[in-house]
Amino acid sequence: MGTVILNSHEILRVLTRIAHEILERNEGAKEIILVGIQTGGVHLAKRIAHFIGKIEGTTPPTGTLDITLYRDDLAARKEYPTLKKTDIPVDMNDKKVVLVDDVLFTGRTIRAAMDSLIDLGRPKEIQLAVLVDRGHRELPIRADYVGKNLPTAFHEKVEVLLEEVGEEDRVLLNRGQKN
Amino acid sequence: MELKRKDILSLSDLDREEIDLILQTADSFKEVSTREIKKVPALRGKTVINLFFEPSTRTRTSFELAGKRLSADVINISSTGSSTVKGESLLDTARNIEAMHSDFIIVRHASSGVPQFLAKSLQSAVINAGDGAHAHPSQGLLDLLTIKEAKGTLEGLKVVIVGDILHGRVAHSDIHGLLKYGADIHLVAPPTLIPIGIELWGVTVHYHLDEALHDADVVILLRLQLERQNTAYFPTLREYAKLYGLDRRRLSLAKEDALVMHPGPINRGVEVTSEVADGLSSVILKQVSNGIAVRMALLFLLSGGKND
Amino acid sequence: MTEHAASILIKGGRIIDPAQGRDEIGDLLVENGVILEIASSIPLPNAACLEIDAVGKIVSPGLIDLHCHVREPGFEYKETVASATAAAAAGGFTTICCMPNTNPVNDNQSVTEFILEKTASEGKVRILPIGAITKGQKGKELAEMGELVSAGCVAVSDDGLPVMNSQVMRQAMSYAKIFDIPVIDHCEDLNLTNNGVIFEGEVSTRLGLKGIPASSETVMVARDIALAELTGARVHLAHISTASSVHLIREAKRRGITVTAETCPHYFTLTDEAVGCYSANAKMKPPLAQELDQAEVRAGLADGTIDLIATDHAPHAADEKEQALDCSPFGIIGLETALPLSLALVEKGILSLPEVIQKLTSEPARILGKKIGHLGIGGIADITIIDPEAEWLVKEQDFKSLSKNSPFIGWTLKGRATAVIVGGKLIKN
Repeated sequence: MGTVILNSHEILRVLTRIAHEILERNEGAKEIILVGIQTGGVHLAKRIAHFIGKIEGTTPPTGTLDITLYRDDLAARKEYPTLKKTDIPVDMNDKKVVLVDDVLFTGRTIRAAMDSLIDLGRPKEIQLAVLVDRGHRELPIRADYVGKNLPTAFHEKVEVLLEEVGEEDRVLLNRGQKN
Repeated sequence: MELKRKDILSLSDLDREEIDLILQTADSFKEVSTREIKKVPALRGKTVINLFFEPSTRTRTSFELAGKRLSADVINISSTGSSTVKGESLLDTARNIEAMHSDFIIVRHASSGVPQFLAKSLQSAVINAGDGAHAHPSQGLLDLLTIKEAKGTLEGLKVVIVGDILHGRVAHSDIHGLLKYGADIHLVAPPTLIPIGIELWGVTVHYHLDEALHDADVVILLRLQLERQNTAYFPTLREYAKLYGLDRRRLSLAKEDALVMHPGPINRGVEVTSEVADGLSSVILKQVSNGIAVRMALLFLLSGGKND
Repeated sequence: MTEHAASILIKGGRIIDPAQGRDEIGDLLVENGVILEIASSIPLPNAACLEIDAVGKIVSPGLIDLHCHVREPGFEYKETVASATAAAAAGGFTTICCMPNTNPVNDNQSVTEFILEKTASEGKVRILPIGAITKGQKGKELAEMGELVSAGCVAVSDDGLPVMNSQVMRQAMSYAKIFDIPVIDHCEDLNLTNNGVIFEGEVSTRLGLKGIPASSETVMVARDIALAELTGARVHLAHISTASSVHLIREAKRRGITVTAETCPHYFTLTDEAVGCYSANAKMKPPLAQELDQAEVRAGLADGTIDLIATDHAPHAADEKEQALDCSPFGIIGLETALPLSLALVEKGILSLPEVIQKLTSEPARILGKKIGHLGIGGIADITIIDPEAEWLVKEQDFKSLSKNSPFIGWTLKGRATAVIVGGKLIKN
């Protein structure tokens, strides 16, 4: 168990705000594609798309991106993460892609996601939305939309639990021992 | 879940969970081959050596593409004559290749057991791309993937395998794979092409195609090595085609949605008529594209288990 | 390397001499190369006499191997007269009969003489050469049997290959009657073998290896029985491995046909499952068969259908064996493991201890027509002392044979020759 950082109500509010920010910055939803990073970003991308749809009347397309094959630590890992689907249903060329992930940490996942996106097409712009930014960046990467900035120690764990995976919506900070 | 092994030598070695993992991973890899840039960096810096002691275009190309789509460096070494003829032992050949710091050796050999032999003596991951009449695990896996895709499941299907079971490494791997999912397997061939004792594996043997086809969900046709007709396994190709060739009439005995599969290359008019091979039931070309996905999955999963 | 004591006194052993029905605890005195006395207690005749304590051990006639491959001349990298006889001595054999498939083939006097001269200068035990049936073992023209016999050959065989042409075999059998020597046939129909590598059955199917059907042996056994009946020659069938062959031989013997048979330890110890994951050390001809064959081979030993146990010691170099199984040569070494594997038949209740000794001594001697393989007073002192309780681990590096191709490496075996006396001389390992 850990400390609740965001409860379900706060998550709802934060995602609604991000939806508004995306619309404001991009002057509407016309050119937007929301791409959730497997697995934590997938449901968040869908939720943000849903909120944008409520505000704008049209829901932007969403996609999923598995970055396993682009990780820079593949060879060093003892166990491989299971490969998930990459599915971007629309042409990304000349579109603005908003990458969505649950937690922004070292930045390596986002680096891999950007490489992967660029191999898949040529988006006009790539933006980044995250529910939690916990710091400790190892690469020069910054999120465009942040739900909550959360100062953490390196060994702590941030856990995002969502209804879509059978949990009550909440974000936990686990201050347990380094493992 | 990961593959807890260094090599892929035969489907009989793998348990069902491992096969599930391979099929699931292969399913995800299918998407990569549909991209405009059909390449991901997962195996960047790794070296895959295709060591083929027997001529092969399909399997070699499929492994080559699989490796390249994962960004590995792929080298093809073909040695059609046996290496012992050149005075170099098999082990010497393999050690020389490994001294080039290969990560994967994909081996095909006319002698059964050669991949096992190499796997024992080498550090590299060894993938059997067909050894003698023993096994062809990647073909077995791609057949499983193709059937699963079309039928949604592998369990309880009636699968009919027709043709040269005796020299049939594809048949062996299909049988081993399908048995793990509880398929009902029927083998059809002249008795001269049925290996002794295979019924002990839990399959049903038939000499007549019509009786086996009734209610079949899947019909797998095996390639007939045309040169074998000289060794009196059957009198003539003409007679073989009459007794064991799949045509429209025979196919109608199977279920309406039955799949027709063939590992290729097809001898049209022998194992199967063109009408059936090119017909709606045929998933022969799907097998080819699934082959790349399965081989990508094998390379990817094997590279994961190596670190310790 | 022999100890030149003029006399040897073996004390307190269990003296088993099947040829004379002897099985008793006692002492045995050897002098000037012959057995001088056997009694319950013999005092040491003089201080120079070598005394061997054999309490708890078996004193047996020297073991005789009717069937082995010494490889010299031509394949000295596999085995030589020196190494084969060293292996034989370590395994308890005082006499071995070497098959003619050397290079050149032993189908003439000069090769026979070469082997015998080598044996005289380098051999630790006796070698009795077996000449070829046909010139070059090609199965076409008869070799000069008279010349071979006068040079010292004790039998003829084309072992390694069958004589496929039945007419040639008929003539060979008829002709051999002049010399009253056995014609030993390697029973295999090469057409049925059809490039097979292991026994045809579920195991060959599972491993995707070409099978050799049991009938490859049986068909030739039947033919040879028919030809023995036709010619009345002494026909000896080598390395019998299948149930149906045993049935045929049993019936032939019942009918009084002059046929004898041998089997090898691997056929009554292993089955085709020993091939495991493509083990080349379980590849030989005939191939290891199935359980029912093994059971019938054991039954054949028990009821005398199979007269004797031979090793078919077939050395091959490691680099020859270490390749694709279907390319690696047929054969395993056996001289150093045959005795304990045969003694295991006693524990399994298949043979009595004297019967095992009989099948390794007096039976091969009877077929050869040689006055060896017994402990008769005044007879040649070829003696093997066996510790039946000694347990030992078979290790590759311990083989005296130049080749190490044994499926029994890693096995713990029980029973071992502790001393071997050839012609009254103690052989040191």
